[in-house]
Amino acid sequence: MTAGAMGAVAAGSVVWPFINQMNPAADTKALSTTEVDVASVAEGQAITVMWRGKPVFIRHRTPKEIAESKEVDVSLLRDKQTDEQRFKTKPEWLVVIGVCTHLGCVPLGQKTGEMRGDYNGWFCPCHGSAYDTSGRIRKGPAPKNLEVPMYSFISDTVIRIG
Amino acid sequence: MSAGPHASQRTPFQNPVIEWVDQRLPIFTMVNKEYGVFPTPKNFNYFWNFGAIAMFMLVTMIVTGITLAMHYAANTGIAFDSVERIMRDVNYGWLIRYIHMNGASFFFIAVYIHIFRGMYYGSYKAPRELLWIFGVVIFLLMMATAFMGYVLPWGQMSFWGATVITNLFSAIPVVGTSIVEWLWGGFSVDNPTLNRFFALHYLLPFVIVGVVFLHIWALHVTGSNNPSGIEPKTEKDTLPFHPYYTMKDSFGLVVFVAIYAAFVFFMPNALGHPDNYTPANPMVTPAHIVPEWYFLPFYAILRAINFDIGIPFTDIVFFEAKLGGVLAMFGSIAMVLIMPWLDKHPVRSARYRPKFRVALLVFVVSVLALGKIGGMPADAPLAHIGSFLLTTTHIAQILTLYYFAFFLVILPYLSKRERPLPMPESINDAVLQGQKSDQKSEKCCEA
Repeated sequence: MTAGAMGAVAAGSVVWPFINQMNPAADTKALSTTEVDVASVAEGQAITVMWRGKPVFIRHRTPKEIAESKEVDVSLLRDKQTDEQRFKTKPEWLVVIGVCTHLGCVPLGQKTGEMRGDYNGWFCPCHGSAYDTSGRIRKGPAPKNLEVPMYSFISDTVIRIG
Repeated sequence: MSAGPHASQRTPFQNPVIEWVDQRLPIFTMVNKEYGVFPTPKNFNYFWNFGAIAMFMLVTMIVTGITLAMHYAANTGIAFDSVERIMRDVNYGWLIRYIHMNGASFFFIAVYIHIFRGMYYGSYKAPRELLWIFGVVIFLLMMATAFMGYVLPWGQMSFWGATVITNLFSAIPVVGTSIVEWLWGGFSVDNPTLNRFFALHYLLPFVIVGVVFLHIWALHVTGSNNPSGIEPKTEKDTLPFHPYYTMKDSFGLVVFVAIYAAFVFFMPNALGHPDNYTPANPMVTPAHIVPEWYFLPFYAILRAINFDIGIPFTDIVFFEAKLGGVLAMFGSIAMVLIMPWLDKHPVRSARYRPKFRVALLVFVVSVLALGKIGGMPADAPLAHIGSFLLTTTHIAQILTLYYFAFFLVILPYLSKRERPLPMPESINDAVLQGQKSDQKSEKCCEA
């Protein structure tokens, strides 16, 4: 019994390094912050930056878009979040990870002229998920809102993501 | 050298060199027993070629794969270019890569026909259940290997296929994200992912070889099934494997390889996707992501579940749509795995089970149709029926329903209720009966 338990612990401690080696390595984790100057992004425009190998959407929202997002009846949403839970300190700057929460495609809607879907946010071409101007899922197979990454304003116009 | 536990079972060989080796390691005795005189049902049709053909494809894939690995570089910076270098600069690189690329497709063609053969003639039934399970394990390993191989050229389809498929695991509650980051070795599909996929793509074929060995070992314990589904009873029912089936397998293989070669030389990219000749770009998703053709039926099942599974009219959800799709996709293969326990009908061959035969052929058609739908965009409109818009998703849902109903409802129901046609006494009688009915039909038409 004791020998068996000791054996199991020994086996586990030998196996663990071989499992854990597959997790993100130290240098991969070290790349996990990005600083972006958004001073040049005019109202209504959006930029895409790369963070941890994924696109991050930064959209400078218009007052109309902010108002639209606030008016939505949260109880009707699939992933219930108010607009206030979707931004940090400045409502005009929406920062979300540009990866569809369904199966990881990059939604359209960053460039002018691209499809933005029925809710004027983003539209995923892979399986037809539509997001609103707050990055919330409104239509299609995706289960969750576009993820909001950890970020903070280190000055009025510089955002640090991660 | 008469001592030793195995000595008595051996007949000496004439050739002194062979005899010298065989005394020390009876490998020639073994080959002769398993592939020379091995008693094999005498009524095999050409469906029985596909095991040998699949074996040939496995060897082809390993040989071409090892040679490609001598030129390929598993690094996101140079992977795409190294594949292009193989195509343009490496001596016969284009040929070796096209053999490997199309080989994957033809390996799956052979295996799909092989699986159909097993289903149609009831080869999964007792006493061959374990043999069947090893087969399904080989199929799963093949799918994993093929998926990782498709990622290696690091084109757009490689990258986004890898992203979509690895993201399936994020559907697992609570630990999903951790599992996906563990698979990636980062926060998205990137260099660590490519590197480990290459390592595993090189490893898994040899694991397949190991399971194939178990598959064949189990086969040689129970012996082969045959088109009548009746076990051989006397010597009249069997033929020695060599030369009868070595010849028949060789002939079938030549025909199969001729078709395969036509693809390699005349339409090497017909089964691939042009987007994979665009280098991977993590910032842009192609408009329409499709997996390789051999995964399309399963991809269609995945997309068919686009609704949450829970209590209607409430917010209570057991499975979100995403998890439901993933469970349905893996479940569709689990159905094949447990087929021996879903179909308990005592008669093996569909030849004597008319209802099972119809249900199985409809099943085959529905799998092919799922494949067709899997290659089309989701929710693509097909027709207006009154105010109802029929889309590809609706068709996929109906076909998925039949897929599972075939295994979970039709097979258990027919096991109890289906009355089989009269059976011949033995394989020998089945063969003679076949001849008689052929003569009869000839007579009928002459008269």
